[in-house]
Amino acid sequence: MSKRVALEASHAAAEAARMADVDVISAYPITPQTHIPERLAEMVADGELSAAYIPVESEHSAMSACLGAAAVGARTFTATAGQGLELMHEVVYIASSMRYPVVMTVCNRALSAPLSVWGDHSDAMAVRDIGWIQVFCQNNQEAFDLTLWAFRVGEDPNVLLPVMVHLDGFTLTHVTEPVILPEQSEVDSFLPRFQYSFALNPDKPMTHGAFGPPEIYSETKLAQEVAFRNSREIILQGWKEFGDIFGRYYHPVEEYRTENAETLLLTMGSFTETAKIVIDEKRDKGEAIGLISLRLWRPFPFEEFRRTVKGAKILIVFDRCISFGMGGPVFSEVRSALYDEEPRPKVVGIIGGLGGRDMSEEDFEYVIDRGMEIAEKGSERMLETVGIRG
Amino acid sequence: METTAVRFGKKLVTTREFLAEGHNFCTGCGEALAIRLAMKALGENVIMAMATGCDEVCTTPLPYTSWRVPWLHTLFENAAAEISGVEAGLKILAKKGRMPEREIICVAMGGDGATSDIGIQALSGAFERGHDFIYICLDNEAYMNTGIQRSSSTPYGASTTTAPAGKFSIGQITRKKNMVAIAAAHGIPYVATACPSYRFDLMKKVKKGAELKGPAYVHILSPCPTGWRHSSNLTIDIGQLAVQTGIFPLYEIENGRYRLNADPPELKPIEEYLKLQGRYRHLTDEQIESIQQMVNEDYAKLKEKVAAFPM
Amino acid sequence: MADKLTWKDMEVGNIVKEAGSASFRKTGDWRTERPILDNEKCIKCALCWIYCPDAAIKPGEDGYYEADLYYCKGCGICASICPVGAISMTEEEEK
Repeated sequence: MSKRVALEASHAAAEAARMADVDVISAYPITPQTHIPERLAEMVADGELSAAYIPVESEHSAMSACLGAAAVGARTFTATAGQGLELMHEVVYIASSMRYPVVMTVCNRALSAPLSVWGDHSDAMAVRDIGWIQVFCQNNQEAFDLTLWAFRVGEDPNVLLPVMVHLDGFTLTHVTEPVILPEQSEVDSFLPRFQYSFALNPDKPMTHGAFGPPEIYSETKLAQEVAFRNSREIILQGWKEFGDIFGRYYHPVEEYRTENAETLLLTMGSFTETAKIVIDEKRDKGEAIGLISLRLWRPFPFEEFRRTVKGAKILIVFDRCISFGMGGPVFSEVRSALYDEEPRPKVVGIIGGLGGRDMSEEDFEYVIDRGMEIAEKGSERMLETVGIRG
Repeated sequence: METTAVRFGKKLVTTREFLAEGHNFCTGCGEALAIRLAMKALGENVIMAMATGCDEVCTTPLPYTSWRVPWLHTLFENAAAEISGVEAGLKILAKKGRMPEREIICVAMGGDGATSDIGIQALSGAFERGHDFIYICLDNEAYMNTGIQRSSSTPYGASTTTAPAGKFSIGQITRKKNMVAIAAAHGIPYVATACPSYRFDLMKKVKKGAELKGPAYVHILSPCPTGWRHSSNLTIDIGQLAVQTGIFPLYEIENGRYRLNADPPELKPIEEYLKLQGRYRHLTDEQIESIQQMVNEDYAKLKEKVAAFPM
Repeated sequence: MADKLTWKDMEVGNIVKEAGSASFRKTGDWRTERPILDNEKCIKCALCWIYCPDAAIKPGEDGYYEADLYYCKGCGICASICPVGAISMTEEEEK
């Protein structure tokens, strides 16, 4: 019998790792991720979870130990945020290029300087290119669901890729919401054991991590990208299987009241739920406006995304990060994804919600109104922002 | 009948080569020999995590490998963190019944750069957590693979490409970082120095470190004809002189207790060791004398420790 | 050889499945000198075998040893450490 409990998103993610019977946890604490390793350590200490908990001395070592564990065929989990993700930056590239299915929760936190422990997407945007499957959660249920799903997809023998589950720092990680927890038997029917056919073993000695001279490196990268793009199939299949067993179906792009929408607002992460309130208000007033949210960030869901925005005249992209010298990163990517489409909406970008700055309903109203204004009249400003004084 | 082992008195050394012939190590490489000997002591029942360096680059150009054991490489500074994950993974998988219980030796190897510089954090962490593994440092006293740049393991007065001897420089101005003492300071059960010139001593120490529970650290001096600029046929002689002059003593620290494996009644003059190597060619007699003082000092300190904490 | 492989030939994660596959490499081509082992003098101490960084001295007939010229890089360690001078280095011939 599934049960409905009040859980912090951090604890929901930890609970998913526990129900997935993870084997090795190797994590270093960093605000706002701390409740995840703390909860897992507690579970191991109390025998609720049979796992090796490695209290590593830095995030670089956290991910490195995950690689070692995955290499011998262990189901591996870690979590980090902000600076921690940056510190393990070189290691995360290794996880994907060596095709180790590590699952990691990233509690999105602003990057220093100045030091900020509060939420935004700058840590996530700094790792766009690393080759991990990446999804963004909107709420605590997704924090649980997508973590479970991540093991299923990453460890699939046709995928073998690491998966990053993004959770907004504080606005999700430290917020308690009702979460439906399934029966262990349901989880077991969804998630098979990790069977890694290339596990390091003296019975069949293999070499993992040979170096790539120029005459072969390019081929390895193309092979990696092809495998990464092809993971789409299992990503979708995983979500279908998830829905069939647990009753909740997820899609790469979530559409909210997009029928006949002339204007669309694009958001990612937890602020989507605030934005939806504004969409409802505007729809009630008869405005033809809807919202789309990118749940799947990498591999970029070109097909679903292009299909969802067809017919819209204006697409307003809300970014929680500045890509310095370029603007909103999601805005830039989305524009590029739509460049060849005929017709395509006018794409406008507005940046806000940095370093823990909240977005109220009024702020999203501004984003929509200003976005539509820019779409019509253009903008003289160097950068369009919301909620930044001056 | 094919020979499977070579006899040395009572000792039998396997003829199996876990580091395959045809590797890319330089002619006369002391590190290659150190690895060859260490692998014979370790046997096939290992999983190895190796750091970026000569050891990795000379053995694994895609799509080939020189390794005949399970082998893992990811980055330069994390062999100790990797092996921590391997060790923990193996233990938990056996505990959960997903893999049969078996003794697999977890080995991490890295050069002096990977060990005492960029990788010291990961190594310290692995020691502190008490993982059951052996870490072998292959010390050729510089970042040899990338072009003979200085490391914290480069001895005083040696010329490297980033601390070269010049009009205003003696080369390395700092003294060799004492990684052995740092390892011992973690309170791990076994720490030892070794040199391929002392083949059985090296193999015995590696086997001992691998077999006992908890972290072990074996620091192996690896003479490098390319970087030390000595004739390739002198690798063994130079290793012997390193020990006989006292600049690289052979000793063990077992649970904080010291054993000096070789204590010549009189140490040979350091000049005999230095003069064979081009990296010391620039030294004046005064400078050699001051190096002699340092060697005497360090050796005396070691003897004090040996006397104060005998095995 | 590596430069004939296409991206489709790449193994998952670029794992090398065949142990010791690099042993095809003929490092014997590197040398400028080669060792000559004199069985008349040899005392079968096996120091040459154990001290070769390339494992290019192999046990031969009757407990003697022989150089594996496919791999021998001609470093001269064997000649240097032989306690009875049974190994000498000679100039490698021009091909």
